[in-house]
Amino acid sequence: MIKNISNLGDSAVYCDFGSDVNEKINLLVISYFNSLSKLVKENKINGINNITPSYNKLIISFDLSVTNYSEIRKIILDLNVDVEINNDHKKIKIPVCCEDEFGLDFNRLSDKTKLSKKEILELYLNEEYFCYMTGFIAGMPFLGDINKDIRCERLETPRVKVPKGSVGITEQFVNIYTFESPGGWNIIGNTPQKVFDSSNLDEPALIKPGDKVNFYQISKKDYLNWNE
Amino acid sequence: MSNTYFEILRSGINTTTQDKGRDHMYHLGITVSGAIDQRNYKLSNKLVNNSLSEAVIEFAYQGPLLKLKEGKIIFCITGNILFKIIRKNLSIEDGICYKSYILESEDQIDIISTKNTVYGYLSVKGGFELEKVWNSYSTNTKANIGPNNGKKYSIEDKIFIKNSDLQKIKEKKINYKQVPDNIIRVIKGTNFNFFSTKTQNTFFKQKFLVTKIGDRMGIRLSGNKLENTVSTNIKSEGIVRGVIQVPADGNPIIMLSDHGTIGGYPKIGVIISADLDRVGQLTPGSIINFKEVSLEEAQNIFKAYTDETNKYLNECN
Repeated sequence: MIKNISNLGDSAVYCDFGSDVNEKINLLVISYFNSLSKLVKENKINGINNITPSYNKLIISFDLSVTNYSEIRKIILDLNVDVEINNDHKKIKIPVCCEDEFGLDFNRLSDKTKLSKKEILELYLNEEYFCYMTGFIAGMPFLGDINKDIRCERLETPRVKVPKGSVGITEQFVNIYTFESPGGWNIIGNTPQKVFDSSNLDEPALIKPGDKVNFYQISKKDYLNWNE
Repeated sequence: MSNTYFEILRSGINTTTQDKGRDHMYHLGITVSGAIDQRNYKLSNKLVNNSLSEAVIEFAYQGPLLKLKEGKIIFCITGNILFKIIRKNLSIEDGICYKSYILESEDQIDIISTKNTVYGYLSVKGGFELEKVWNSYSTNTKANIGPNNGKKYSIEDKIFIKNSDLQKIKEKKINYKQVPDNIIRVIKGTNFNFFSTKTQNTFFKQKFLVTKIGDRMGIRLSGNKLENTVSTNIKSEGIVRGVIQVPADGNPIIMLSDHGTIGGYPKIGVIISADLDRVGQLTPGSIINFKEVSLEEAQNIFKAYTDETNKYLNECN
């Protein structure tokens, strides 16, 4: 359950579910997110502008000219949350090309993990990943957990530009750069799949919190000829 | 469909359409965007009799040079802006902010620069003819979301203007002046206790410089290094406008309207809502101080800010 509720500035409520990062806690955060979103959609709460789930926090931002911290706090405390165990979250398969042109950081990863590129890829491709959250840039999924043997810190100096479609790993997580962006994750490949599509107004983000993701390898030829 | 449009003869540095912002999308990584200076965005709409939710053109530093084609409009510019109106017969008028003007076909508006501020706003009576994206006219150029394919305006682009009844028009003007104030009020952040006792004691006393690294996403400050004694990273979590993050180098970053929706740096403070317009207008080289306020004080200050905004909005009638 929520360990602590406090204010983040004058227009947001900060719900802290503890410091651990795991699927169980994250599913609880997502359950609170879904319950609150439903009330907002049904116009049962006024003034909420945004609800942001992350690994173990939920931030609710509101319009201070409509409501305030103590009102929203009370709504959260009174909330009847259906904790999702089996739900309708999707399973998604993502193609990734890991040839040298796209896998920019295999040398660094091999240095740090003492594993060959082939071994790293086997461990990475062999896992089903859980989507903890979507964000930072539009549609970017934060997936986990990767095998303990291939975990690695961020680059000491982040790249100014990480190419769109790059798949990166750091610590226990994998993500996909949905836009060209600055970033410090270890890049192991690139996907031709559109992970964020702003022309899809109903479902712009392919991967949403709670979804499960598998990666499979494709050749550069398949990458270049990719057609969705 | 209207035939009246602005032809862009010079685009300016960062010219986009904005409105209140785009809500209910943070969980997909889509940030709020919207006018950096919300009061000036509202005033510009009100001065041309628009509903407050119409799109306006936001520009930064150097604004656009626009030529009106095929019609007659009323426009208004808000902010602290140097601009000229070049009439079809080539006579030139110095523009006055917070005053509405009639513009005829082939007349031009030359928005030369902002003065001691960053952003200004241009509204037209009836509004611009644009499509909303996720219920908002705001443009996020980093994610290419919003009107004009989510891009800033370029030379030769056309911005169409809705047909509007100009029969009973009256030019309007209010006297509004932004009072410069370099004291920014802040509520302690959720990671305030990550910082050394010394930093906790000096954060609200020391001065910070607004650096040149700033845009609609955020503004980087520099000052005495803020000493983090716990961890320079947190597990990534949500961000809101006004959050002050401190990365490992100890220099704070203020998050503005196009901020990333989540971030992994500790939050030392959050700027109160009433001071966000002013913060967004800080130019590089400004020296600022943070002042601590309680949640209750922030709520009272916001009430006063809203009352003052409404007072000026009423003067536009």
